[in-house]
Amino acid sequence: MAKKQTVRLKVNGREREADIEPRLLLVHFIRDRLGLTGTHVGCDTSNCGACTVVLDGKNVKSCTMFAVQADGAELLTVEGLIQNGQLHPLQDGFKQEHGLQCGFCTPGMLMSSYALLQRNPNPTEEEIRWGISGNLCRCTGYQNIVKAVQYAAGKVAQGAAK
Amino acid sequence: MIPPSFEYLRPKTIPEAIAFLQQYGDDAKILSGGQSLIPMMKLRLARPGYLVDINRIAGLSHVKEEGGFLKIGGLTREAELEASPVVRAKYPIIIDTAHVIADPQVRNLATVGGNLAHGDPANDHPATMVALGAQVVAMGPKGERVIPIENFFLSLFSTALAHDEILTEIRVPIQPPRSGGAYFKLERKVGDFATAAVAVQLTLDGNGTCEKVGIGLTNVGPTPVKARKAEDLLRGKKLDASTIAQAAQLAADESEPSADLRGPVEYKRSLVKELTKRALTRASERANK
Repeated sequence: MAKKQTVRLKVNGREREADIEPRLLLVHFIRDRLGLTGTHVGCDTSNCGACTVVLDGKNVKSCTMFAVQADGAELLTVEGLIQNGQLHPLQDGFKQEHGLQCGFCTPGMLMSSYALLQRNPNPTEEEIRWGISGNLCRCTGYQNIVKAVQYAAGKVAQGAAK
Repeated sequence: MIPPSFEYLRPKTIPEAIAFLQQYGDDAKILSGGQSLIPMMKLRLARPGYLVDINRIAGLSHVKEEGGFLKIGGLTREAELEASPVVRAKYPIIIDTAHVIADPQVRNLATVGGNLAHGDPANDHPATMVALGAQVVAMGPKGERVIPIENFFLSLFSTALAHDEILTEIRVPIQPPRSGGAYFKLERKVGDFATAAVAVQLTLDGNGTCEKVGIGLTNVGPTPVKARKAEDLLRGKKLDASTIAQAAQLAADESEPSADLRGPVEYKRSLVKELTKRALTRASERANK
């Protein structure tokens, strides 16, 4: 077995440390070592985006990265979206606009949408579709996901205006 | 899928990274964005014993014009390239290209250097860099050398880089006035490799005559194809519809596609022809702006 490496990173605001094998994928670290199973393994081949997390502000596929590479990083998973018991506007948007059916792709959709709104708080419909183009949904036909992101952008803008 | 076991090395400097590459030889592989390498490791198409992670090396990530070139650091992420003001203002062909590489998540990690060094003719930057007449800078134990892009791709997944060399920079010559470029790709869905794609970069003179032209083709041969006959035909001519059609036919003839899930040979050739027409037209429109 390869030499273990110590990684330290901040996950959803909390410092975490672990000794891991270099070949451990970030998604398995998140799910199996940290117990955060909201991040899903979908295709496992970098096609579907279900495993998307936000690493230092960027949405990335946690199935296509080794956990050792995230040493020192700040990681946000779907569990970190909720603040003080309040759903994030994106989570609320997916609920209000029926942005999910089976829900398997939803954590990845939320994280890609989150990174998009951080970068561009007021995206056009086309920019939303482009922003989630690395995330597959087999149920909704995307229409309500786009509406959910628009709903969230509106809520965030309202919140900022208050 | 869990990749095979490997030892993980994280050098802080280029000489340290080169020393690891020398020490472990062919058993070592450079980990850049990892967006091709990690999937290949999962499928056991690659089984390096040592991964040399170059992501923490400073000075490999930049996009700037300097000394007659647009210089792109090997570790520059596709997303950074897409967002670069100088590239957005002056190199639309590179924006066209970066925009259709894989998907947003992959572009946040994937690097321009990796896209070339992987030597995959299905990747998008190779054809674009062929069209632009770029140079690749490689750093090895004996120092730096500059490799013209025409000499860089040797065969499928094989490049001119030695096992102990690191691709540190890509240099694109700053284009003269009245230059324009475009990249047209057909993909089955976002994130797929090209069924075929065509990169065109050209320079017109004051009368609209084509002075300089580069044409690169993606995923229709074991390496990116430089469509030399089409380029020769275009040089010194005005880009009217019939000249464009003739050049597009030559590019299609020069392509060497293989039949696969994305389609038969005849289809891909005819696609090269159509995409070449579109790319030439768009490139000349941009040159005339």
